[in-house]
Amino acid sequence: MHIESHNHPSAVEPFGGAATGVGGVIRDILSAGTRPIAILDGLRFGDIEKDPHARWLFKNAVSGIADYGNCLGIPTIGGEVEFDNCYANYALVDVAAIGFGKKDKLIKNRAIKGDLVVLIGGPTGRDGIGGSQFASDSLESENRSAVQIPDPFIEKLIIEAILEARDQKCIKAMKDLGGGGLSCAVSETADSLGVGIELDVNQIHTRESNMKPDEIMVSESQERMLIITDKKKLNTLKIICKKFRIQCSVIGKVKTDSLMQVKKGAKILAALPTKIVANAPLLDRPSAIPKYLNKLQKEPFLKTPTNFSNILLKMISSPNIANKRWVYGQYDHEVGIRTVIKPGNDASVLRLDNGKFLAAKIDGNPKHCYIDPRQGAIGCFEEACRNVVCTGATPIGMVDHLQFGNPEDPEIFWTFLESLKGITDFAKSFKIPCVGGKVSFYNETPKGPIKPTPLIGILGIIEKHPLRPLQISNDDVLVIVGQTKNELGGSEYIEYIHGLIGGRCPEVDFKASKQNMETILEVIRKDIVKCVHDCSKGGLAIAVSELCMINNIGCKISLEKIPSEKLQTDRLLFSESHSRYLVVVEKKNLKNVQNILSKKKVQYNVIGNFGGSKIIIERNSKKIANLRVDKARLKWMNSLEELVLHG
Amino acid sequence: MKVGVVVFPGSNCDRDMYHVLSDVFKIDTQFFWHEKKLPKNLDAIILPGGFSYGDRLRAGAIAAHSPVISDVKKFASHGMPILGVCNGFQILVEAELLPGALLKNNSLNFMCKWTNLIVENNSTPFTNKLKMHQKIPIPIANGEGRYYADGKTINLLKKNHQIVFRYADDVNGSTLRIAGICNKEGNVVGMMPHPERATEPEINPIDSKPASLIFESLLNAIGVTQ
Repeated sequence: MHIESHNHPSAVEPFGGAATGVGGVIRDILSAGTRPIAILDGLRFGDIEKDPHARWLFKNAVSGIADYGNCLGIPTIGGEVEFDNCYANYALVDVAAIGFGKKDKLIKNRAIKGDLVVLIGGPTGRDGIGGSQFASDSLESENRSAVQIPDPFIEKLIIEAILEARDQKCIKAMKDLGGGGLSCAVSETADSLGVGIELDVNQIHTRESNMKPDEIMVSESQERMLIITDKKKLNTLKIICKKFRIQCSVIGKVKTDSLMQVKKGAKILAALPTKIVANAPLLDRPSAIPKYLNKLQKEPFLKTPTNFSNILLKMISSPNIANKRWVYGQYDHEVGIRTVIKPGNDASVLRLDNGKFLAAKIDGNPKHCYIDPRQGAIGCFEEACRNVVCTGATPIGMVDHLQFGNPEDPEIFWTFLESLKGITDFAKSFKIPCVGGKVSFYNETPKGPIKPTPLIGILGIIEKHPLRPLQISNDDVLVIVGQTKNELGGSEYIEYIHGLIGGRCPEVDFKASKQNMETILEVIRKDIVKCVHDCSKGGLAIAVSELCMINNIGCKISLEKIPSEKLQTDRLLFSESHSRYLVVVEKKNLKNVQNILSKKKVQYNVIGNFGGSKIIIERNSKKIANLRVDKARLKWMNSLEELVLHG
Repeated sequence: MKVGVVVFPGSNCDRDMYHVLSDVFKIDTQFFWHEKKLPKNLDAIILPGGFSYGDRLRAGAIAAHSPVISDVKKFASHGMPILGVCNGFQILVEAELLPGALLKNNSLNFMCKWTNLIVENNSTPFTNKLKMHQKIPIPIANGEGRYYADGKTINLLKKNHQIVFRYADDVNGSTLRIAGICNKEGNVVGMMPHPERATEPEINPIDSKPASLIFESLLNAIGVTQ
């Protein structure tokens, strides 16, 4: 699994930026010698309710991802979409991809003197020149020529050609051409292999004549791969490329001198030690606690609402909570015939060729991370784990993508370090290896930096079979596992309903978190629950409503039964405390489930029953909210599409 | 008994189709690259879905001129069962083996969703095991899937029983909710939905039996009983 972003390009040209974001991460997966089998994407934009530009960015980024991923025949199986003012005139487009391959077919990445350096794929053009520099600066002007041009058809041909070349053992080492183009790919390959590479710019197939050597070396034209092959295999590689009609040029050879040499014919233009080109010096930047934090973490005063039914309905239709069908309905999420649990659930699940199942999810929460970058990052990590746990999967690995503003600002650098510490603590404590990741800085516009946006991607494995959510029916029982705390900070409720930013950020209790995960996995594996749903954005009230709306059934829950500190009604309903799961149990299995939960000593309680056609919430027998499921469902399913299409 | 799956540059459901034919229905299946001649001993040909030539010009327009298509036309005229799914359907239309055109969906977006088909002709090699008006839960995944034909052609389709599948609901604005048609002889069938994505209970959340009958019909037609 790998994750990357394509933020600056997407903010300028959302279709091409998002599409080439998919292309880049797919080639990374391909570089390992694996077939890409799934894409997930995390999309973040400004307030689409008020800002037509944000709407335009959103709509076109989704089209760009759809256009590229669908054409490749790689299913886009999940992701997340979030809107926040901090992304006004900006866009975060994160793409994660998963590859699947057999160990003995992976590319070993070895090379010896005399091996040939081959460039295959699309021609090198003048697009994307300086793309990485552009992306590593604050976004002040629109530099469209720095945005690369997508061609998914060529990428599809490259995928098939490379996998065929892999099977024919033509590839000794491989790297995709991404940021920095040839100059980065060549120097990094040489450095990691411990060899030197000499190349001739005259041998590189270009899109236009008269390109200068420096343009050729830094062009970020898409759909290109660098391959190292030996002389004996060159002909086989050429035949494969001919079959797929993609260009293949021998551009240089492997030497032993640890130099990257760029020549034009016989003339040497550059000869640099790869160690220097590929390895940036480490910087020790100053950091300082942001001054705004103190004020932010104070609990704001909230007016107690009088009509919770209206508030619930308003939240259900809010862009951040509304159903994202309009997005994932444009992505082919079935191709590859692996998708067992489809998008729209807590996590998506793919079947693997060995009979096991793979669950995947990405999660971020800039609202929490803004108030407390450390706890916020831990929360993202735990939420992503919770999501795969809901399908019955054990988390086995993670990737992270850390997106921040300008790191030269000590306050921003502090938030970066804090997030990093949080993620490290959680990974160590839960023994989940970090298998990859990326850092993206300078995510800012003249109006300021984005909120800290670390993103966590989790893979989980299911040995036997995933928990497929079963249709909920009358008299099924709702059980909550986990404690609800006074943690409204950065919640959807406090921001969307009260228009406030701040409060106490939810914190993860590692011990309870582990206990709850293990216990949920145990009840799922015993096949005694109908479905498990994660309790996160919008809190308990939204999680319960989602169960009702998906299943077209009402429910009645009693707030006083929720395991919690003594809390006001709105805090019980909307607090976004972590480590909580909603478990739906058939009556006949309830005793059995309760026994396990009690034995495991987790916080839990039966809080309600399903049935009828209304979502009814009570506290001490007094009705707090009463909402028709059909009415709520209509809003939930359609409001995002309405907003995008009609403003 | 042998089925050929034709692979064009940009096909992307070829491997899924191969899996279903060979692993689920135990049919001897072979891929054929679009530049290859097709052998004479084939019993059926399937054109799988995908984005042949990246949908350039029009979906299926370039692939319809691939070398393999002359063989497909020849075998079609001999009465061999030929199925085009999604992009395969678009190619059959562009190759004029089937009438009409496939236009952009009414939503102007790519659409991936589960739909219900209604069987309108159960005497083709791909529907003979299905009942008339039987419902088939099946996913669609296309951007240009709205079937269109002029009034005269539609009347001919009706008269000759060439409408094979219709959507139960209007999903994309197709004329008469048409999802699949056949040629006048009935041996060449094109359909936008993906039967290969619906035959296994593991990935079909509704009911995999009806879609399986499409492949069982083929087995029946080419003389194999399961």
